[in-house]
Amino acid sequence: MSTETTLAPSGTGGNGSPGPVRTHRRLPRYGVAALYLGGVVVGALLSALTGFSIALTVVYGVVLGTLAVYLVARRVEGRRKATDRLVTTVVTSAFGIAMVPLVSLVYTVLDNGLGRLDSAFFNSSMLGIVGEGGGAYHAILGTVIITALTAAISVPIGLLTAIYLVEYGTGRLKKAITFLVDVMTGIPSIVAGLFAFALFALFFGPGIRLGIMGAVALAVLMTPVVVRSSEEVLKLVPNELREASYALGVPKWRTILKIVIPTAIGGLGTGITLAVARVIGETAPLLVTTGFVNGTNLDPFSGRMTTLPTFSFYQLTQPGFPPEFGIDRAWTAALVLIILVMALNVVARLISRIFAPKTGR
Amino acid sequence: MKLSTTTRAAAVSAALAGSLALAACGASNEGGTGNAPASGSSAAQLSGDLVGAGSSAQQAAMQAWQAGFNTEQPGVTFSYDPVGSGGGREQFLAGGTDFAGSDSALTDDELAKAATRCGASGPFELPNYISAIAVVYNLDGVKDLNLSPATIAGIFSGSITTWNDAAIVADNPGAALPSTAITPVHRGDKSGTTKNFTDYLGKAATGVWTAGAVEEWPTSGGEAANGTSGMVDAVKSGAGAIGYADESQAGQLGIAKIKVGDTFVAPSPEGAAAVVANSDRVAGRGEHDLAVSVNRTTTSADEYPIVLVSYHIGCVEYADQAKADAVKAFESYVISKDGQQAAADNAGSSPITDDARTAAQKVIDAITVTS
Amino acid sequence: MTTTSAPPGPPRPTRRLGDRVFAGSATGAGILILLVLAGVAVFLVTEAWPALTANSADLPNGKSLASYVAPLVFGTLVAAVIALLVATPLAVAIALYITYYAPRRLAATMGYVIDLLAAIPSVVYGFWGIAALAPAMVPFYGWAAEHLGFIPLFAGPASTTGKTMLTAGLVLAVMILPIISAISREVFGQAPALHREAALALGATRWEMIRMAVLPYGKSGVIGGAMLGLGRALGETLAVAIVLSASGGITFNLISSSNPSTIAANIALNFPESSGLAVNTLIASGLALFLITLVVNVFARWVVTRRAEFSGAN
Repeated sequence: MSTETTLAPSGTGGNGSPGPVRTHRRLPRYGVAALYLGGVVVGALLSALTGFSIALTVVYGVVLGTLAVYLVARRVEGRRKATDRLVTTVVTSAFGIAMVPLVSLVYTVLDNGLGRLDSAFFNSSMLGIVGEGGGAYHAILGTVIITALTAAISVPIGLLTAIYLVEYGTGRLKKAITFLVDVMTGIPSIVAGLFAFALFALFFGPGIRLGIMGAVALAVLMTPVVVRSSEEVLKLVPNELREASYALGVPKWRTILKIVIPTAIGGLGTGITLAVARVIGETAPLLVTTGFVNGTNLDPFSGRMTTLPTFSFYQLTQPGFPPEFGIDRAWTAALVLIILVMALNVVARLISRIFAPKTGR
Repeated sequence: MKLSTTTRAAAVSAALAGSLALAACGASNEGGTGNAPASGSSAAQLSGDLVGAGSSAQQAAMQAWQAGFNTEQPGVTFSYDPVGSGGGREQFLAGGTDFAGSDSALTDDELAKAATRCGASGPFELPNYISAIAVVYNLDGVKDLNLSPATIAGIFSGSITTWNDAAIVADNPGAALPSTAITPVHRGDKSGTTKNFTDYLGKAATGVWTAGAVEEWPTSGGEAANGTSGMVDAVKSGAGAIGYADESQAGQLGIAKIKVGDTFVAPSPEGAAAVVANSDRVAGRGEHDLAVSVNRTTTSADEYPIVLVSYHIGCVEYADQAKADAVKAFESYVISKDGQQAAADNAGSSPITDDARTAAQKVIDAITVTS
Repeated sequence: MTTTSAPPGPPRPTRRLGDRVFAGSATGAGILILLVLAGVAVFLVTEAWPALTANSADLPNGKSLASYVAPLVFGTLVAAVIALLVATPLAVAIALYITYYAPRRLAATMGYVIDLLAAIPSVVYGFWGIAALAPAMVPFYGWAAEHLGFIPLFAGPASTTGKTMLTAGLVLAVMILPIISAISREVFGQAPALHREAALALGATRWEMIRMAVLPYGKSGVIGGAMLGLGRALGETLAVAIVLSASGGITFNLISSSNPSTIAANIALNFPESSGLAVNTLIASGLALFLITLVVNVFARWVVTRRAEFSGAN
C-alpha cells in the first residue's frame, strides 16, 4: 500500500497523536447529510422549473447529493474513499429503484382491488350476472381444484424423483435426469400449456378444454420445482441417521420412509408449498387449456373451468357492458391472487419453522 | 415426531374444512333453477340440455339470453362456450354442439359439411346479434367529426397521418383541425369486429383499402389494443388516437359520423338494424338460411353500414324431439322483443327490426324433429 | 459438507420386495421426467406438423410460416434483451447491497422482500404495467422522441399510450430481477471469506474488496443467473400480452406504438379465437419458442455447473 502516504494527509497537525500511526481524514456524518440535503433542495428547485414533482425531486436530489459528496470526499478523503462512497450510493439506490415497482405494484393493486373485496365476490359466480355484482366463486373453486390436481400429479412424481436422485441414482441416468430437470424448470409456461393442449387434442379433437388439461400443463411446470427443492432438502439429512438405521437392519425403503422423509418433512413441506405458490398464479397455460365459463364447474374431467388468473385476465380484456364493473372485478381477482400467493409464502415459512428438525445439521 | 404429525393432521383437516365450507355454501346466484317461478310464461316446460359454442363477441348477449331463457325454461340446461367463431362452427359441424354462434356465415365448404351434419333440410342461419361499430376518436377541441370511407381507410392504412390532412379537412369544411399526429388504434387480438370493419373498408373504400376483410389486423403500424375495452382505453389515453369499437362501449369518446351517400350518419342501433334488414341475402342459399351480405355501400341516410352481424347457426331438423324443442324455444326467445332488449341492455347490441323478426320467426317455426 | 452428499454406496441391504418396489417407483418417476420432456417435444411437433407442411397460402398470413414466425422471434428477442440489459446491473447491485452493504439484521428481510417480487403472478405484472408503468412512461417517450430522435431506438413517433416495446421490456426486467439477484446473492455470499478479509486487511475499501475478491469469483454465477432470467423473459406471456401494443413488423424503434409481438403473447392473444390450421401455426411458433429457451437454458446450466466445478466452494 505505497499510495497511503500520498493519499492520507498528515494527521500531525491536529491532535498530534504520537507514533507512526496516520489517521485518515473522514467526512463527518452530518457533512454527508448536509450535502444530500443541499442536493434535495436544489433538486426541488430544478424540478419546480418543469412543474414540481416529488419523484423528480428525489431523483435530482440523489444525483446531485451523490455528486457533491463524491467531489467533496475526493478533496478531503482522496480518490479511493470517494469511489467507495460513490459505489455505496449507487448500490443503495439500485435497491431503492428495485423497491419502486414493488411498492407501486402493491399500491396500484390495493387501490383498484379493494373496492370489490366484499362477500359477494367470494360467494357468487358470474352466471347470469349483468353489469354490477358477481364474483369469482367459480374461479376460486376452479383454482383450488386445478391446483390440488396439479399437486396430486407433481408431488408424488417430484418427490420420488428427488428420492431417486439422492438415495438411488448413480451414473449417467442420474446426471441426465438432474440436467433435464434443470432444463425443465426453464420451459416457458405457455409451451407447457400448448403441450397439454396438443396431448389432449390428439385424442379428443381441437375443441377440447378441460380442467385436467390445465392441471397437466401446470404439473409440467411444478414437478421440476418440487424435484429441485426436495433434492436439496433430502441431501441435508445427515448420513449418520441413515447409517444408524441400516445398522439396525432396517431395509433401505423403510429407512427412507421412516427416517429420511420424517427428518426432512419440514423442508419438503416448505418446498412443495412454494411450488404451489409458483403455479397458482400461472395464467398462460390455463388460457389455452381450461377455457372460460361463467358458472361453477366442479368436475375437472368434463367441461371448461374458470380459474382466478384467467378470470382476472378475461374480466380485464372483455369486461362486458358497461366495462367498469368487469374491470373492478379483474383488479379484485388480482388482489386475491396476490393475497393467496403471499399467504402460501407465509405458510411455507411456518411449515419450515414448525417442522424444523431439532437435530443440528 | 408425534407432535408434528398431529399438527400436520390438524393443518390438513383445517385446510380441508375450509375448502369444503367454500364448496358447500355454493354460489349465491346459482342453483335453485328448479324452484324459480316460470315468471308468467305459459309455454310448455321443456327439459334436457342445449349446448352452443362460438363467437366471443356474442358472449355478453348470450349471458343475458341465458338468464332470460332460464326463467322461461328452467328445465333446460343451457351452456355457451365462447371458443371463437371458427371454433364454434367447427364444433357444430362436427356434431359436438347443438348450435354455433359465429361472426360470419358458413362458407361454401362448410355448407357442404352442414348438409351431412343436418341432413336434407340443411342448416339455419339467423343474424340475431347486430352491433353498430363506431369510429371513435380522441381529439381535443373537436366535438364533431365527419369522415368519408376513403378517409377512414387512408387513416387506418397509414397514408393519412395528421389531423389537418387535406382529406379530413375536405370532409369537415370550416372545422378547426389541429396538426396533431393521428394514432390509429386497431385490435391486437383476432376479432369479428376487425373482420366487419375491414370488410366495410374494403367495400366502401375500394382502391384505398386493399388488405381485404380479415379477423387479424393485416397491416403493421398503428397501435394495437386487446379487446373492446382495451381499444376504448387506448383511444381515451392517446391524444390524437382513432379506433373502432362497439358503439355502446364508446362512452365519453368522440364518435365520428360516417359518410353514407351524401350525408354523414352517426351510428345508432336503429341504423345498424336497418342496414342488416335491408341488405341482400347471400345468394344461392336455402330458404332457412338468412345469411346476409351487409350492404356496406348503402346510400340511405337511415342506415349505418359499419355493423357487426353475428349469427346463430343450427339445424333445421334435429334427431331428437327435446333438442328441436329446446332450440326452437331458445331462438324464439332470442329474437323476441324481450330477448333483443336484454341483449341491448347487457351487450349494447342493436335490436333487430320487426320485419327481420318476422322472417326469423318463419325459420324458427320450421325447426322440427327428423321424421 | 459431508452431510450434503448422498450416501456413498450404503451397505447393500438384502433385496426385499419392498425395496425393489420402492427403488423401482423412484427410478420410474425419474424416467417419467425424461419421458415428459421428450413428450413435450413430440406432441408439439405432432400438432405443429400440419402447419409445417401446409401450403403456404393456407397459413394465417397467406405467406410462409417463416415470415409469420420471424417478426415474433424478433420481438421476443428484443423484449428479452431489453429486460436483461436493465435487470442485470440492477440485480447485481441489489445482490451486493444485500450481501455486503445492508445492515446485517435487515439483510435477510430485504432478500425476502425481493424474492416476493418473483412470487407475484405475471398477470398482475401485466395489470400493473398497463395501469401504472405505461402511463408514467408517456412523458419520457415524448421527450425522447423529441430530443433523442436521431438514435434509431428512439425514432418515434412516440406512443401516446406508453404501450411500447420499452415498457414491455421494463416490466420483464422487474420480473426477472429477483431471479438474477437471487443467484448473484448466492454466489457473492459464497466468495471465500479469506480473500475478502485479506483484501480488507491490506487496507482496501469496501468497493475495492468487492471488485477484487467478490466480483471475479461471482462472475460466472451472475452470467448463469442472467441467462436463466433471459430464459424466463423469453417465455413470459401475459405481462407482455397485456402491456405491448403489437402491430407486427420488424423494427428497432422502441418507443412507438408499432411493435413486433412476442411468440408467447401472440399465442395467448390469438389462441382462444383460432381454429384449424391457425392453431397448428400457433403451436409451430410455440415450438420455436421451446427450442430458443431450451438453448438458452442449457447454456445457462452449462455456465453455472462449470462454475461449480471450478470453484472450491462446493
